Amino acid sequence: MVATVITVILFTMLVLTALAIVRIYSLFAVVMLSGVFSLLSALLFVALDAVDVAFTEAAVGAGISTVLMLGTIALTARTQKKATRSGFVPFVVVAVTGVALVYGTLDMPNFGDPTAPASMHVAPEYMTGSVKDIDVANVVTSILASYRGYDTLGETAVVFTAGIGVLVLLSGLGRRRREDEEEDA
Amino acid sequence: MERLSDWAFIVGHLNYWMFIILMMTGLYIVVARGNLVKKIVGLNIFQTSVFMLYISIGKVTGGTAPIYPVDMQGNLQVDPSIVYSNPLPHVLILTAIVVGIATTSLALALIIRIREVYETIEEDDILKIERELSAKDYKEHGPAMGGRA
Repeated sequence: MVATVITVILFTMLVLTALAIVRIYSLFAVVMLSGVFSLLSALLFVALDAVDVAFTEAAVGAGISTVLMLGTIALTARTQKKATRSGFVPFVVVAVTGVALVYGTLDMPNFGDPTAPASMHVAPEYMTGSVKDIDVANVVTSILASYRGYDTLGETAVVFTAGIGVLVLLSGLGRRRREDEEEDA
Repeated sequence: MERLSDWAFIVGHLNYWMFIILMMTGLYIVVARGNLVKKIVGLNIFQTSVFMLYISIGKVTGGTAPIYPVDMQGNLQVDPSIVYSNPLPHVLILTAIVVGIATTSLALALIIRIREVYETIEEDDILKIERELSAKDYKEHGPAMGGRA
């Protein structure tokens, strides 16, 4: 019961943060609110027993991505222009998508159901096998690094590719800017 | 539809609906706001809501975080009476968070490049410049290329 109340309170704060992001025009405030959103979601992850996810989200979502976005708005623009289009058509699109998604949840098992399909197949095997095969206290660690190690390998490949992409996109940014200034002068 | 008046059904599905509301707020920001940085923030909100939906699927009532207690000698203590939440969604979402920050950083780098070329990060202004460019191209090369594509 207490857990449900905590979840609902956190959800209310998340929705208020998201609505503030919709309305505010200052990009600095938007970036800070997105950090707040990530921290609140990290709290929600703790309430849902996912402590590893919580501290990754707090470090990556609230930390690194906020820094990256601050860097971006420092290099681009500080404010958003006033919206010229009406928000009606996007609202209808979003409402229809939302109703479709809610319809999709009607067949899903109840929240916290121990017999849910997600908890029935490999998960118990991982829980018991983790003690015998790997002998690591944290089951998330043993799945991440051992049972599903290839996932993590693929993840590092994606991060490596993204890093190369960022380097290629941004290389020579300062040099081109200086050349432009010399041409202007 | 009689399930919709069932209290247990509503409480059991409330978490999915809460996260769908958050997802749709993120989607609205992506669709309705023209500023590129704000679109990325909206995309991040959408993404985090999907993570929360996934994690809530792995939650087991009365369960705790999937970490076994360790005694003084460093041996794991397996107590069958303790219920643990499903660790598999946690692992998948850990991977997804890291991939998410990789794509976010790539998107932000693209925004910086767009700003360098177009001098703006507003979608409307970029489209206007693009239309002017293609109109100019058409005026110069259109008849030779056999009319509008």
